[in-house]
This record gives sequence, C-alpha cells and structure tokens, in this order.
Amino acid sequence: MDIHEYQAKDIFARYGIPALPGKVAETAGQAELAATELGTPVVVKAQVHAGGRGKAGGVKLADSPSEAGRIAGDMLGSTIVTHQTGPAGVPVEKVLITPAADIAHEFYLSIVVDGDVGAPVVIATREGGIDIEQVAQDNPDAIIRTPGDPFLGLLPYKARDIALALQLPQNLTRSATALISNAYRLFTENDCSLVEINPLIVTEQGDLLALDAKVAFEEDALFRHPELADLRDPNQMNPQERAASEYGLAYVKLDGGRVGCMVNGAGLAMATMDITKWAGAAPANFLDIGGSADQERIEQAFRIVVSDDDVDIILVNLFAGIARSDIVAQGIIKAATELGVHTPIVAAMRGTNAEAGSKLLRESHLDVTPAPDLSGAAQILRDKLALIQ
Amino acid sequence: MTVLIPEDTRLLVQGLGRDGSFQTQRVVEYGTNMVAAVHPNRAGTTFMDTAPYFDTVQQAVHETKANVGLIFVPAPFAMDAILEQADAGIAVIVCISEGVPVQDMMKVKARLSDSSSRLLGPNCPGLIHPRTRNKIGIIPGAFVSEGNIGVVSRSGTLTYEAVAQLGSKKLGQSTCVGIGGDPIHGTSFTDVLSEFQDDRETEAIVLIGEIGGTREQQAAQFIKDHVTKPVVATIAGQTAPPGKRMGHAGAIVTGVAAQASEKNKALEQAGATVVESPAYIGDAMASIIA
Repeated sequence: MDIHEYQAKDIFARYGIPALPGKVAETAGQAELAATELGTPVVVKAQVHAGGRGKAGGVKLADSPSEAGRIAGDMLGSTIVTHQTGPAGVPVEKVLITPAADIAHEFYLSIVVDGDVGAPVVIATREGGIDIEQVAQDNPDAIIRTPGDPFLGLLPYKARDIALALQLPQNLTRSATALISNAYRLFTENDCSLVEINPLIVTEQGDLLALDAKVAFEEDALFRHPELADLRDPNQMNPQERAASEYGLAYVKLDGGRVGCMVNGAGLAMATMDITKWAGAAPANFLDIGGSADQERIEQAFRIVVSDDDVDIILVNLFAGIARSDIVAQGIIKAATELGVHTPIVAAMRGTNAEAGSKLLRESHLDVTPAPDLSGAAQILRDKLALIQ
Repeated sequence: MTVLIPEDTRLLVQGLGRDGSFQTQRVVEYGTNMVAAVHPNRAGTTFMDTAPYFDTVQQAVHETKANVGLIFVPAPFAMDAILEQADAGIAVIVCISEGVPVQDMMKVKARLSDSSSRLLGPNCPGLIHPRTRNKIGIIPGAFVSEGNIGVVSRSGTLTYEAVAQLGSKKLGQSTCVGIGGDPIHGTSFTDVLSEFQDDRETEAIVLIGEIGGTREQQAAQFIKDHVTKPVVATIAGQTAPPGKRMGHAGAIVTGVAAQASEKNKALEQAGATVVESPAYIGDAMASIIA
C-alpha cells in the first residue's frame, strides 16, 4: 500500500527523521496562505503515488505566495503521467508546500526486503537525487548495501558504518547514524515494503534533512496495523485496480490489449499474458483470481474485467488446484447475467471439478467457446479478435 | 529413495478449516498416509475416520510419530504453525498458506537455519510423489502419473500446466515440487535440483521460473556445476511491463537480473533447453527423451 509524501513525512516526524516543515493545500488559496506562512521561496509538490513526478511537472519552485497559489491552482485537478502511471496518469488532489532548501549535497537512502538474504537491507549512495536504477546500472560500486537482522534489527555499528561510508561531514555522523537507525525501525515496526529518502540532503547550513519521503506498507501485514488503513488513497488507483484491491484480487491494467483475462495463479496469469501477446491477441489486464476464490470474488473479478472499455473478448484460463472450476463458472454466469453482458468468452478449464465447470458454461446462455489448453486458447482468441475487428 | 519426503511418510495436517478440509480429503483419497490432524477444539474426534485430532503438534507427534507436516492455517498464524511443527521435530514442513507477512518469514527462515526441519513454501502447492502415492499439498492427483521426470516450479498453476503437458506426451513424473512464489521461502530451486540429480527415479528435469529475484540464476549456476540430467526450463512473465509491481527501490535489489531475458540467458548458458512458454514444455521434453 502506497501513501503520499506528506503522510510519510508525518510518520518520519514520529520517528525523529528530520524533514522541512510543510503544509498540505487542496486549493490555490490554501497554497498561497501556506507559502506566506512558511516564507518564500517555496516548493509546490504534487501529492501522487508515482515516481518520476519531478520530470512530469509535479514539483515546482515558487518565488512568491501568489506564484505558489498560481502553480498549485494549475496542478490541482490535473493528472500527472510518469513512466510508473500508464497513459491515464494519476490525479493531483493535494499539493505539499515546503520551504526551498539550499542543497549542498544529495544522498540516497532506502530500505527494502532482500529475499536472498532474508532480511531488510539498507541501500545507500552518495549519488542521490537521481534515478537509483540508473546508478545501479552505471556505477554499482557506488551503492552500499547493508542487511539488518530479523531479530537484532540494524545494530548501531552497522548504521554508523553506513553513515561513514556516505562520507558526510564529520559532525553529522551521529545524527546520520540516528536517522538510519530510525528509518530501519520505522520499516520493521510498521511492516513496510519500502522506506525511501531520495534525496537525503545536507544543506548549505549543514543540516541533514529528508527532502522527499516515500513509504509503502506490505498488504499482507496490514492486519497488524489497522491504524494505517486511513492512509490509503483509493483515488490514486485506476477504477479497476481500486475495485480489485477491495476484494484482494491481484490486477494490473495492461496498455494496448483487448483480451480481458481471468486466470488462477500468478504464474499461470503471467504465462497466459505471454502466450496471448505472442499469438497477436494482447491482454488488456493481468488478473490472478487467487487460490481459494469463492463465488463472490469471481463475480467481482468478472465485473472488474468487463468494466474495462478496452475489453472485446474474455479469456478464462483456469487450472484449478485449490480453486474449484464449478464455483468459478457459477460466478461468471451470475455476474454476466446480472450485468447483461454479451462479451464473448473463451474458456480453458482444467483441474478440480473442471468438467462440471465447463458443462455449466456450455449450457449457459453465454457466448462461450471452450479451449483445450493455453496454446489452444491463444489461437482461438486470435481468430475471434480478427472477426470482431 | 523419494525426493524431499521420507519413504515412510507419516503425515500431520494443521489447519482444517473449510478449504483445508476440502484439500486434505483429496490428500487422503490420493493414498497419502495421514496419521494426525491438528485443529483447535477437536481433540477426541477423527478426520475422515482415519486421523485422530490433537490440540497441539507436540501431542500429535508424540502419539503418532508423524514426520511430515502440512499447513493450511490462515496466513497470520503461519509463522506460529511452522515453528510449532519444527519445535515438535517434524522433518519436512509444507506450508500452503498464502499471504504470510514477509517479516514473519524472515524470522522463520532465521530460526529454521538452526533446525533440522526443512520447509517447503509458503504460498506453494506442495509436492506429489506418484510412485508412493504421497501427495503433500494441493497438486491435483488426477493429472499426475508415475514416471521419470522431476518438475520444480515457483508457481502452483504452472506446475499443473507442466504436468498436463508431460502427461499429454505420455511422460510421467518422479516428483513434482512447487517451491512457492513468496520472496522469502524455504526449499529453493537449488535444493530441489540437488535432490533430483541424486534421485534414481528422475531422468530429466522441468524447471519453471518467473521474473523477479535471482533464484533462476542461482539454479542455472547449480545446473552448470552439478546437474548432468537434461533440463527443460521456462520463465513466465516475459511480456510483463517493466516497473509494475517491482517498486522503485525493489528493482535495484536485483537490477536487470530480474528480467526474463537475463534468466533465459543464464539457463541456456548452463545447458538447459529453454522454451518460451510453459505451453511448449511437453514437446521439448518429448524430443529430448525420445
């Protein structure tokens, strides 16, 4: 679960991670007032769940309160399109106003899970403020990777090692060590999937500050943190992704496809995406209906898939282990009937109760073409799409 | 010998709610020797008239000498169940539960490194061994047939896909193993490849990987160094859009190594036959074995 920068900075404050003061504005007037109170120049930052907003015009400097108001007015109500959002972009409903900082040096600091090590790992580099993937590719030796321990956390000497390796001014070693330790504690205490400070800066005045803040929480652990649920901003997701997340379905919108996919299992969903694309029948979405999908979840999954205007045909590819094909078929038939949808369906059903499921679909009033398997389904889709065009 | 599980498997199942019970019925029907069930408030009764219920794993192991454990408990309780089974001395623990918090798995993994118990999963379909009729998990038994191909996969449904492919070419399986899709898990590709290489029942191996992480590269290195049996491999997710799901900083952990093309390259260089989709596994294996 992603949250906004201003929310992440609230959490930073609770963990003693220093950042500039900031004010959230939802109107141009509020932004102007905030700039007056903070003192100009200020930076107006669009609050969106997407990396790369700076390049997309979502971060702008304002020299006067009226300019801050004007910039905020332009940003609010607009959408930001970056390499992470897809062409539809994400809406700007809030902006964060912060004083402009005099930056002497930019660093990068993040904490993520390292599956190979089996622990959170702190990633840091002196080359901050830019695309970290680029640094990883061009100059991997510049990146310092320091794993913590699932039981001991990040020991103080390790945090100090990182601070020293960043070659900060000597008088900042202690505060940097504390900042790194606190960020690590934030990560583990809240079951985060990401804590990222890019850039972490040293100002001309010699202060260490988090200029940006990105925090994401692991969905699977949110049951331990009910207080975090309020931080979710569903408007940052597209309508299908939002509905999918409510029902715990893994859905990703794919650009340029016409085949609505309903598949059980992430692996099979990926393989289905691959083979349909190669067959010239590009998928409109990735959707894993999950293992123990009950009928209501299937109904919702179907509703989500057909609510996408790009979808001209639906592929149901089921290899049921935990899932039961008859229940999936019942869900599809019920949802399609209620919605009055006549979108053609190509269905491959194998595994638990596959025959019962296929029979239900065959004997329904829906336009269903059975497919023998994955590659068979891809061929049928290509032929049918050619007719629909 | 049998891969991963003991020849005289004595199965304990923990977490027999609605889905767990449904799946465990299939496990017993397949022929698996289930000796104990663990679920709250059912001690004194039996599951399917065969396996007595116990309140704790410790009691169950004491009474029944169970040596393999299967876990269906809801994800928030999976860490507790895995470590309860390990503490009770279960040799092989198979955890099907999906959605176990990553930090729980970090702790489990660190604890198990000092234990003699081996974990398969979580978020996996388990394993199936047709010759001894042992099904420890949810792989549909109807598709599996006895033979000499070992199957190992990160994905449950792609394990079934591979088995169906092989079956259509009349190629049976020695053991099918799903290692699970979570970033932190127990038994790895390399562990299973090592067992397949030493297993006299296994003549050839199918390996199904996915984008993300570097486990396929580790598997490739192991194949290069230690595996003399033929390997057919495939990577799912070749057309996945970059950046999706792999968050900003997540991508740095593995860099370009997480891409399908890099994994394909590593596996090809290791001498595996790489096919572009799991749909072609059957054909590829048939042409190698024939």
